[in-house]
Amino acid sequence: MAIPNFNYLAPTTLKEALTMRVSHGAKSSIMAGGTDLLIKMAHRNHHPEYVIGLNCVADINYIRYNAAGNLAIGPMAKLSTIMDHPDIVSHFPALSHSSGVTATVQIRNMSTLIGNIVNASPSADNATPLLVLDASLVIMHEGGEREVPLHEFFLGFGNSVMKPTELIKEMILPMPGKNSGSSYQKISTRSKVDIAGVCVSAFLTLNDAGVITTARIALGSVAPKPIRVPQAEQVLEGQKPSIELFRKAAALSREEAKPISDMRASADYRKAMVEVLTIRALEASLLIATNKTH
Amino acid sequence: MTKVNVKLKINGDPYELAVRPNRTLVEVLRDDLHLTGTKIGCKTGDCGACTILLDGKSVCSCMTLAIEAQGKEITTIEGVGLSYDKLHPIQEAFVNEGAVQCGYCTPGMIMSAKNLLDKNPKPTELEIRKALSGNLCRCTGYARIVKAIEVASEKMYNTQK
Repeated sequence: MAIPNFNYLAPTTLKEALTMRVSHGAKSSIMAGGTDLLIKMAHRNHHPEYVIGLNCVADINYIRYNAAGNLAIGPMAKLSTIMDHPDIVSHFPALSHSSGVTATVQIRNMSTLIGNIVNASPSADNATPLLVLDASLVIMHEGGEREVPLHEFFLGFGNSVMKPTELIKEMILPMPGKNSGSSYQKISTRSKVDIAGVCVSAFLTLNDAGVITTARIALGSVAPKPIRVPQAEQVLEGQKPSIELFRKAAALSREEAKPISDMRASADYRKAMVEVLTIRALEASLLIATNKTH
Repeated sequence: MTKVNVKLKINGDPYELAVRPNRTLVEVLRDDLHLTGTKIGCKTGDCGACTILLDGKSVCSCMTLAIEAQGKEITTIEGVGLSYDKLHPIQEAFVNEGAVQCGYCTPGMIMSAKNLLDKNPKPTELEIRKALSGNLCRCTGYARIVKAIEVASEKMYNTQK
């Protein structure tokens, strides 16, 4: 199906892009990689009159440390760059894994990390890793900027707190402390390329005595939006890791999952797999947290 | 929503033409420039038939706007060969190993293989299969395609496994 026509706007700075966004509002869409937007347009699910392409904005594909020592990721940073980036591989293993198994080689060369998030799909591969890594988004609006923690960003299926007159400037990943580990676990019908039927991410930080000081668990494809599981996280914090403890957290995660049945998996299967994947994600995170040398 | 002038650099050659903003690169390549080696399959980024290289990286030309391909090096299957009548070692290996049956997926497969070997000259079988996971073939069962890429790697980089 052909893509319906539109006006293509090519700003050369983010400020210029924001001005266009403010003046065209809901009639406009931002295009980064375009791999989701163009398909929605071709399928007539989305009809922007103006497409604001970020293609000509210079220097927004960065992955770099900001003044606070946290990792900042620009809106045009591609998944294929994220997956192999040495700092992401060593400090944010859940994200290097999830970005490396999103869609196909070609799509990873085109699509951006921030694009995968702003679409607010409950099954986005990179959403649960970023939730457990406590990522936040810097959103530009006419009056300035605001920083929104990712767990407050998603509202529901395809719906977020971002307004049609706003623009994402960058994503911030706080640097994990020492003895930290994270993991992404995914089940889909096909081993490659497929959208996740269920996905779970975990993040753990231990103190020198081996006690869990921070625990985060996030579930994807089991609710209208990717969700954190505070009940399960609270069970873990302040405890020494053990398989019994992980089982308890996994059972709570299963309870919090409210999946539907669809072509990818049945609701019952999804709930059962949430439990399995939560244990796997916690075990993998613990291994990384306890082997880390820095 | 009038046409806009677009300058493209394809296989080293400059092209200038007027296109509407909604035209994808594969449509322009095939319909306007008659570079029909690049195929259209699913138009949703699943099949890989339209794979080309943009600044050396494999992308789906069915999900790339022609207008956004400006200022980038575009390589299609027509530009892979060493000259007009001299095949690239990957193409040669596909022919010799019987990796081509109906041939529809072949251009995309070869572009993905080139994307892999340019980055990783000596891939393992698993790495080859992962690199081809965005390209569907309904004839060969993939075995001969994987073999062809192994042969090409050996020939190009003189590596015996």
